[in-house]
Amino acid sequence: MSNQAVAVAKPKSGGLDRQIQAKIGQQLRAMYDEVVDQGVPDRFTELLRKLDGAQSTPKTEEESR
Amino acid sequence: MATDPATTQIIMAIVPKLRAFAISLSGNVDRADDLVQETLMRAIANIDSFEPGTNMQAWLFTILRNRFRSEYRKRRREVEDVDGHYTDSLVSQPEQTSKLEYKELRAALDKLPSDQREALILVGASGFSYEEAAAICGCAVGTIKSRVNRARNRLATELDMKSAEDLGPDRNTRATLTANDRR
Repeated sequence: MSNQAVAVAKPKSGGLDRQIQAKIGQQLRAMYDEVVDQGVPDRFTELLRKLDGAQSTPKTEEESR
Repeated sequence: MATDPATTQIIMAIVPKLRAFAISLSGNVDRADDLVQETLMRAIANIDSFEPGTNMQAWLFTILRNRFRSEYRKRRREVEDVDGHYTDSLVSQPEQTSKLEYKELRAALDKLPSDQREALILVGASGFSYEEAAAICGCAVGTIKSRVNRARNRLATELDMKSAEDLGPDRNTRATLTANDRR
């Protein structure tokens, strides 16, 4: 009886496969999210500010008029 | 040619995800950050070709992915005769993703063909739909689906032996379960 219940929860041959797949997915996301959680390194904040400044120079002139 | 502050803010918010994508693809933080930098410069220079209202994240990922692929092809040619040195330098980076727990995954990822690896990362880690991933890679949705499936199967094969013991019922229990199923 109880065996049957377990068998339903983890059906036949696909069971282990699904567990491994779930674990792979989990690890993949964990590895990925760890980088996402590091935020924006200064290098890129500065770069974007610089690029933004270079691009918006004409606009600033317009605005200042 | 105007990047308004709002657009810059949107791009800034995507940078962490771009980095995660680049690091997952390349396995090397320094190289990944160079890729991100090139991507940002390209994006800003070509901001006019971005259609407002469409997915900025997908657009940036496309630029980065194309950059990575052309560079990958180039480097691969350069590296072929150095035999393993390049791979070594990937693993020895101290502050990168290869914390002990990810080491096996990283090694398994590196063994995948690059088209399967990028498909798996886009769908399995970045959270893009199959349709979005197909647009980013410039291929059919069915192609992405089969690449993701093949990548998953291959990773499962690579990691199987190591993961089997800490996953659910052990072999004996499974044998019993299978036997019960047959009855």
